[in-house]
Amino acid sequence: MTAFNEQSRQQVSDIVEEMKNLPGAMLPILHAIQDAQGYIHTDAVSIIAEGMAQSRAEVHGVISFYHHFRTTPPGKHTIQVCRAEACQSMGSRQLEAHVKEKLGIGFHQTSADQQMSLEPVYCLGNCACAPSIQVNDDVVGRVTASKFDQLVDQLSTQALEVK
Amino acid sequence: MVKVYIPRDTTALAMGAERLATELAVEAKNRGADIEIVRNSSRGMFWLEPLVEVETANGRVAFGPVEAKDIDSLFDADFVNGGLSHPLCQGLTEEIPYLKKQQRLTFARAGITDPVSLEDYQAHDGFKGLKKALEMSGQAIVDEVKNSGLRGRGGAAFPTGIKWQTVHDAVAPGDAAQKYIVCNADEGDSGTFADRMVMEADPFMLIEGMTIAGLAVGATQGYIYLRSEYPIAHQLLNEALAKAEAANLLGENILGSGKTFHLEVRLGAGAYICGEETSLLESLEGKRGLVRAKPPLPAIVGLFGQPTIVNNVLSLAAIPYIMAEGSKAYADYGMGRSLGTLPFQLAGNIKRGGLVELAFGLTLRELLEDFGGGTFSGRPMRAVQVGGPLGAYLPESQWDTPLDYESFAAVSAVLGHGGVVAFDDTVDMSQQARFAMEFCVVESCGKCTPCRIGSTRGVEVIDRIVNDENREDNLELLNDLCDTMIDGSLCAMGGMTPFPVKSVINHFPEDLHKPVTEDMAS
Ligand SMILES: Cc1cc2nc3c(=O)[nH]c(=O)nc-3n(C[C@H](O)[C@H](O)[C@H](O)COP(=O)(O)O)c2cc1C
Ligand code: SF4
Ligand code: FES
Repeated sequence: MTAFNEQSRQQVSDIVEEMKNLPGAMLPILHAIQDAQGYIHTDAVSIIAEGMAQSRAEVHGVISFYHHFRTTPPGKHTIQVCRAEACQSMGSRQLEAHVKEKLGIGFHQTSADQQMSLEPVYCLGNCACAPSIQVNDDVVGRVTASKFDQLVDQLSTQALEVK
Repeated sequence: MVKVYIPRDTTALAMGAERLATELAVEAKNRGADIEIVRNSSRGMFWLEPLVEVETANGRVAFGPVEAKDIDSLFDADFVNGGLSHPLCQGLTEEIPYLKKQQRLTFARAGITDPVSLEDYQAHDGFKGLKKALEMSGQAIVDEVKNSGLRGRGGAAFPTGIKWQTVHDAVAPGDAAQKYIVCNADEGDSGTFADRMVMEADPFMLIEGMTIAGLAVGATQGYIYLRSEYPIAHQLLNEALAKAEAANLLGENILGSGKTFHLEVRLGAGAYICGEETSLLESLEGKRGLVRAKPPLPAIVGLFGQPTIVNNVLSLAAIPYIMAEGSKAYADYGMGRSLGTLPFQLAGNIKRGGLVELAFGLTLRELLEDFGGGTFSGRPMRAVQVGGPLGAYLPESQWDTPLDYESFAAVSAVLGHGGVVAFDDTVDMSQQARFAMEFCVVESCGKCTPCRIGSTRGVEVIDRIVNDENREDNLELLNDLCDTMIDGSLCAMGGMTPFPVKSVINHFPEDLHKPVTEDMAS
């Protein structure tokens, strides 16, 4: 993940400038920044605060309220494990333990090699084919430990092919 | 050219529909089969996903669940001509009992049409309701909704017509006088996916319903507040919005009527509490999703301080049918004060999970057994949570309760958004009670103490009970804590978290008295 440089700064300013006049612009702005940069850097917070005529504390308050927004760079791949009831009824607690062990990280953590981030999620709307996880943009249903291992192996081989 | 349908619904995709569609197209080409693949949405028979349908002279023939490895054998069995001999063949889709026994009003088009084809939508009665509404007064539309008996499908079951009347009668204050229609598409409850299905299967229906609401109360701007966990719904809604605008069914001077309605999708950011309507409005305004005290009601002081209708996706999605077919046609379904149909959602440890739209009144057991077919694991079913994470767990003795709002309230349970989650006998109910409190810790908006602090204490007390530390005293403490949360919380997050907990205390006490095992002590 690249550092927050002049270019990133410019990108944030452009987003704020373009969207700030929307009614209730804050969430759309935060989404746009996170979509573009993967997370919301501390320095982005000052730019947003200035553009929106709010204090940095206010902007930070909004960011920290929502689970979706992050202030640290994510790994190359993000895996979300559903922790809600329908998934529990199909063994998600055991799956969760397996996932943590396989990836060697806990929730809200990123692996040391910056490959994987792990996040909890409470329902992906796939409750009839539980347990569910999301791998980057894709929801996967009826996940077992071995299906999970295969998915992770695929992600790592793809990474090698790209190089 | 034979039409072959492969859904692009989230669940179908989660079960491999994308790869299936790609590989099936390649194989068709290799074999010189003249097919057109239509990406429809799901019929809601999720245990059969990906469900592949082939159009034949007798109707659509279904195959499912189809995996990529089945493609060869499907072609070998001539599935393109409805090859009924294939082991995955389910016969004519419409004759599958799960579907045939339903009463689909809201989900009439689900899985049948291409969700973003305006032509499909219009060929299946789409925009009939809007066209009628354009010729009616606002009050006449509100009256029609009142007469339908429709009650909000988002959980609280408040009469929709009365909410609309309040906004209709309210005077918008200030220079920027404006009324709003806000669709609550935050669907955070575990075990619910009907809102998602509406948006992925029939987005024009929601657009039509919201536009009619705008006409009814004189609102020219609407927002769909969509949870960020639903990217496919997001994409399909935006596609549908663009098409409706291009066809002048939305925007300025709709179909030359002089009436205007603008609609936009706004994404949430992963906060369960933003499903609560006042928290949702705060979030739409760009703030932390803190719950507002009521009164004033959002109908009077809502988004940006203006009169606002906040309705669930299913409530708004029921409107086009009510307008097109008349309020009486809708009210003829249902029982008592629960009129119309409710889309039940069968999930969790269930053999045939999916969407079942039926008039209110069948029993939970009928739903679990006749439709659900028992547990997925094949083990005995033990507990069923109805109405999402704030809903009670029902033991078998309560499964004969009819599915309507009043009957559920009578057994201290809630129907909520119609989500049903089954558990088999391996469930540890003490852990389910603990999770209810834990979920409240994670998702509380933090405004009131009983909810914010009480839930953390709740987790600790349950841990002590499970560890057999002063069990009797701690059970009493847990009961007191639940009562404090019920009485002292501003909204149903803190006020209903005790429902699942108390249901465990009352109906599954043996699980709170189990000897401690290693993995529980975590
Ligand atoms: C904690 C909490 C979460 C809620 N989540 C939702 C939700 O996800 N979707 C929804 O439509 N209503 C939800 N509601 C209910 C809304 O506050 C509101 O009653 C509903 O959107 C009104 O629409 P309706 O009258 O069409 O049901 C929630 C309420 C509470 C207290
Ligand atoms: S009960 Fe909980 S979620 Fe509801 S207002 Fe109070 S603190 Fe917020
Ligand atoms: S509970 Fe896991 S997808 Fe809904």
